[in-house]
Amino acid sequence: MQALSELVEAAASEIDAAGDLAALDAVRVSYLGKKGKLTARLKSLSQLPAEERPAAGQEINRAKQEVMGRINARREALESAALEERLAKDAVDVTLPGRGYSIGGRHPVSRAMSRIVKIFCNAGFGVRSGPEIEDDFHNFTALNIPENHPARAMHDTFYFPGGRLLRTHTSPVQIRSMVEEGAPIRIIAPGRVYRCDSDQTHTPMFHQVEGLVVDRGISFANLKAVLHQFVEAYFERKAELRFRPSYFPFTEPSAEVDVLWEEGKWLEILGCGMVHPNVLEAAGVDPEEFTGYAFGMGIERLAMLRYGVTDLRTFFENDLRFLRQFR
Amino acid sequence: MKIAESWLREWVDPDLDSEALGHQLTMLGLEVDGVDTEGAGLDGVVVAEVLGVRKHPDADRLTVCKVSAGGEEIDVVCGAPNVTTGMKSPLAVPGITLPNGVRLRKSKIRGIVSNGMLCSAVELGLGEESDGILELPDDAPAGMPLTEYLGLPDRVFDLDLTPNRGDCFSVLGVARDVAALTGSPLKPPDVAPVPASIDDTLPVEIPLPEGCPSFAGRLIRNIDPTARSPLWLVERLRRSGLRGISPVVDITNYVMLELGQPLHAYDAARVQGAIRPRLAKPGEKVTLLDEKEVVVNEDTLVIADDSGAIGLAGIMGGLSTAVSGTTTDVFFEAAFWPQAFMAGRARSYGMHTDASLRFERGVDFDGQGRAVERATELLLEIAGGEAGPLVHQVAETHLPQRKPISLRRSRVSLLLGLDVEDGVVTGVLERLGLTLEANESGWEVVAPSYRFDITSEVDLIEEIVRIHGYDSVPETTEIAASPLLTVTESVVDLETVSATLVARDYEEAITYAFIDESSNAPYAPDGSELVLSNPISSEMSVMRSSLLPGLVASASANIARQQDRVRLFEIGKSFHGTLEASEEVVRIAAVSCGTALPEQWGLRAIAVDFFDLKADLLALLKLAGDASDVTFRSIEHPALQPGQSAAIVRDDHEIGIIGKLHPQVAKQLELKRDAFVFELDALQALASAAPVADPVSRFPVIRRDLAVIVGEDVSGEDLVRTVASAAPDLTRDVRIFDIYQGPGIEAGLKSVAISLILQETSRTLTDNDADAAQAAAVQKLRETFGAELRD
Repeated sequence: MQALSELVEAAASEIDAAGDLAALDAVRVSYLGKKGKLTARLKSLSQLPAEERPAAGQEINRAKQEVMGRINARREALESAALEERLAKDAVDVTLPGRGYSIGGRHPVSRAMSRIVKIFCNAGFGVRSGPEIEDDFHNFTALNIPENHPARAMHDTFYFPGGRLLRTHTSPVQIRSMVEEGAPIRIIAPGRVYRCDSDQTHTPMFHQVEGLVVDRGISFANLKAVLHQFVEAYFERKAELRFRPSYFPFTEPSAEVDVLWEEGKWLEILGCGMVHPNVLEAAGVDPEEFTGYAFGMGIERLAMLRYGVTDLRTFFENDLRFLRQFR
Repeated sequence: MKIAESWLREWVDPDLDSEALGHQLTMLGLEVDGVDTEGAGLDGVVVAEVLGVRKHPDADRLTVCKVSAGGEEIDVVCGAPNVTTGMKSPLAVPGITLPNGVRLRKSKIRGIVSNGMLCSAVELGLGEESDGILELPDDAPAGMPLTEYLGLPDRVFDLDLTPNRGDCFSVLGVARDVAALTGSPLKPPDVAPVPASIDDTLPVEIPLPEGCPSFAGRLIRNIDPTARSPLWLVERLRRSGLRGISPVVDITNYVMLELGQPLHAYDAARVQGAIRPRLAKPGEKVTLLDEKEVVVNEDTLVIADDSGAIGLAGIMGGLSTAVSGTTTDVFFEAAFWPQAFMAGRARSYGMHTDASLRFERGVDFDGQGRAVERATELLLEIAGGEAGPLVHQVAETHLPQRKPISLRRSRVSLLLGLDVEDGVVTGVLERLGLTLEANESGWEVVAPSYRFDITSEVDLIEEIVRIHGYDSVPETTEIAASPLLTVTESVVDLETVSATLVARDYEEAITYAFIDESSNAPYAPDGSELVLSNPISSEMSVMRSSLLPGLVASASANIARQQDRVRLFEIGKSFHGTLEASEEVVRIAAVSCGTALPEQWGLRAIAVDFFDLKADLLALLKLAGDASDVTFRSIEHPALQPGQSAAIVRDDHEIGIIGKLHPQVAKQLELKRDAFVFELDALQALASAAPVADPVSRFPVIRRDLAVIVGEDVSGEDLVRTVASAAPDLTRDVRIFDIYQGPGIEAGLKSVAISLILQETSRTLTDNDADAAQAAAVQKLRETFGAELRD
């Protein structure tokens, strides 16, 4: 009969030679199965004298364990090789693009407007809106621009038969909101406005954000602070501002605000002032008790400065090659 | 308004260089829109005297001039017709480059050496036109550099004046503001009355004193009609943007620029009877200086004589009494036309003149006599003549009133957020020409006759801070009550809508709110009343009834620019209703053209279809809830292809439309691809509520699939609803997962595969339960649609 050690050695070499799990299992069966060679040895113990049986039994069990150990080790090796093979087969070109939708984008004017709204909302301003087809009272008269006022000529108004008009600014929302809510009030009003003017630097439709704060003790110093903070928040940097006397019938004192830009140039970015007492009165607010400030800014202008857009008209051409730059 | 620095400095000369002066003007609210430098590049041009002129031997049109610029005599060939012996003219010598870019060299012209060039105004950049060389006054010293003689170079500030500052439309007005700001003294207008040498005048009658509360006039006889305006006068006008015409006209312009008072000059010989300013009579006509005939409205002041209207007051004079090259007797008129009689009048005739501009904004009502004196003085100096007496009719009661305005110290600091010292307040206001009287709380202030923008306390406060400097106001953050506000869930905000569409691969567009009528027509079956009276063009004349025309046009333009796949959305208003009661509806619209997905590896390119778009639409609707109450109703719409268009309905309200753009509409837009569009009424589509949670069932679901054959026109929505209603308590979800027509299915029918997802919240469902539910569903389908089970 073959020595036990030879049998183990033979088993070991068969185990090593097993190329896959099936072959390995065949080896296991041939040694450890019901009719396996080592199993047969155990069965033949009964033929030994009783006093030899324990030692021989121990020896066979050790051999069995060793074979079992080798089989397990081999199985693990084969399994991990198989896994690796499978994973290697699954490998993809990670540089290929992803599948499905791409992503679109906001219009730069909306993007700028959205940020502006957020900046003021974070400071407790409410957002209001008003009609784009306005009447003369809200667009002009209530804003201290009576009929035949020279300031009307600056507005290039679109009219409808019968005298209604497309609002030339978002300022009518000041009136509507004050009439509705009274004072104190702290709001902004973003929206579309229209002027009958179309050339390289004017489009007949554009966007403004109006701001209005009316309360007890509101001063020009407050206006200067809020606009300085706004400009720095919007451009995300320190900014030098210049408040320059100007004229709007609905504010007094009035100012235009310039920001110091590249090459030491002052760029006009918005108009503002202290709400004119006539406007407060027209909206039913007592100008002795309340004072307020108002400001209005052109979104296109701010978007152009922020995003380096040089031609105003591109905003309304909706060319995808332009729009896709504002992701 | 253009104002030359040299002229301004004659009136006020602060210790500031040109740039600083320009900056101060801007900071005064007199915005410097641009600065031109006049007479740059004239170094080397000198005043020369023409000593002799002889014909060029070999050229008919040329002369050879002997010229001296204070030194040796040189020969200069000249082509100007106006060169004469004894005249003075600018001479450019070889080596210099003129402003027009010509570099001068010593050269032979038809055989004769020319040692320089006598120059015209155009060649020197000192005029737009010229008919020969520039003729300098006889007393111009030969040899003096031209720049020194003419006070060049000079800067011209182009001021963008605001409508409230009519008083600044003159050198005097600007100088007054500069003096107030800088403290530099204003040299007051030194206009001495000119004594009359004759007694003649023209009769003036003022039948409507409220329309003409101040009228100054003067007759000057026997002027020299051949006199020419001196160079200094023409130069000043030119730097102010006006052309020299004749002494009389130039003088009226000059005085207007200097003092802000528009003047008119009549040829006295052509005036018939008395000069009479009055309102126009019905249908009255007048031919103006520009030779245009105007039918005058009855709200407009005219100047009339016995022949009728001879001019529009404060706007433009008439042709019949205009001065000409033969005029010897001149009548100057300087009137104060109140704003109430001027506002809007010029514009109603499509006119806009230097005079109307000033009168509309307000002219010093105390300046008429002074202006006529100044004009008389200049005319006598330039063209001689004999002056009659100054006629000045004033109706005090109709002059604008200057009421005292209370200025409260406390109000100044409150409104500005800055304590201003009393001395600063009084100093600023007094320098601006206001008179003050102190009282307990502040001052009583009276504005001068030239300021029409100071009527209330805030006007005074503005003046104080304008001169004291906006920079002096600190920045102080206000303390505002900031109660917490609701964040509503009753409507989905539009930012979320945008973000969703962006995430689904749409680019946001912004299109114009006015479009052309034919594009709008499919969306406004009865037409729109909302048509602009003064559109930019007919393509932008109708307020849009839908966002889709603009959006589809943008898609079309992009496709024309070689974009294969276009997905755009817009959020904006559409306009409805009548002119008296218009309605504005915020809408969300989208268009999709080209492939459903961007071209990519691993996927077949499939053109976008109705259901791709519907998925995008539903994604929006589902922002507001489960959208189970939304139904799609097949409709006919003029802009959409029949059979591929639906109304989106919620609670019996149409909240939008979806469909394929009608091929005919696409063709009109030259859109070469199928386009799918939807549009929603934002408020209705996005109405929402805070969700209410249902307990999640811990028990397993059972899925049952069934395939039925039904008529092909049975809608999927109806099938799903019917199945769901069969066992409503158990049914969690019903989905159509396949639709088949073709071999094996009779024509006119379709096979629809439906899955039922069944679940109980209190127990595990049994197969029996599921079987019963499935059977109930089949039964219901059979009853409702005559459906048959497919094997």
